[in-house]
Amino acid sequence: MAAPELSHPLPSTRKRLTPAHRWWWKFQRISGVVLVVLLFAHLFYNLVLGDGVNQIDFAFVAGKWAAPLWKWWAFALLVLAMLHGMNGMSYLVGDYARSQRTRRFLNALLGAATAVIVVLGTLVIFTFDPCPQGADASLLPSFCAEVGK
Amino acid sequence: MPSTPTLYRGHEGMWMWIVHRATGVAIFFFLLVHVLDTSLVRLSPEAYNQVIDSYKTPLYGLLEAGLVAAIILHAFNGLRIIAVDRWTWALRHQKLLVWVVWGIFVVLMAGFLPRQLTNVFGGE
Repeated sequence: MAAPELSHPLPSTRKRLTPAHRWWWKFQRISGVVLVVLLFAHLFYNLVLGDGVNQIDFAFVAGKWAAPLWKWWAFALLVLAMLHGMNGMSYLVGDYARSQRTRRFLNALLGAATAVIVVLGTLVIFTFDPCPQGADASLLPSFCAEVGK
Repeated sequence: MPSTPTLYRGHEGMWMWIVHRATGVAIFFFLLVHVLDTSLVRLSPEAYNQVIDSYKTPLYGLLEAGLVAAIILHAFNGLRIIAVDRWTWALRHQKLLVWVVWGIFVVLMAGFLPRQLTNVFGGE
């Protein structure tokens, strides 16, 4: 099953791809492999162990993020998944957007959305307060009582 | 027999290519929403719990199962793409590997679905 001859072959990718393209191509694969591990652990812990999706509430998140490991886990997921998604979406933009202007606009939009989400998520993870002042104690993780907030 | 046989056109790999794109886009948009809903933990326990409670309803429970399905397909097909790019053996057997991806998908979903569906339909 030989592929048909192309009458006008595209120029070799060696010339068309910039170093940035190559970097992102590699990043997409490396981050993909890392994300498989990070994300399946995330899903297994939150949706399969314990009471599954029913266990998720403020106290559950606070309990998880009391451990630095889970904070950094969330941060790594946030950054890698957003960049992987942004780059993947920009492959689609490159494939489907007709004009240079549309491509530039959509890629700028992707970059801006990614920046906003990564900054917001990072702030939330690292400024998170598991025992906010004046909150209903029944909604907080049990360790808030011991700390004597 | 298609008139212009190529590696992909009309075969397993092409369909998986479409699945990869569609699931990738879906996961991307979910991720945006997911970061926003999780950010509510910074606002107040009540606000977060209220929004997360909707994820425990049957409708969202099904959408969530769909999300997990999309992630499994995208993840294992992604590994297949890497393998096909990297090893001649995998390139030769790329079609078989598509079926391996579907096989892993069926096994993992068979494990996950009962867990998820009893959680969201089980009532409380």
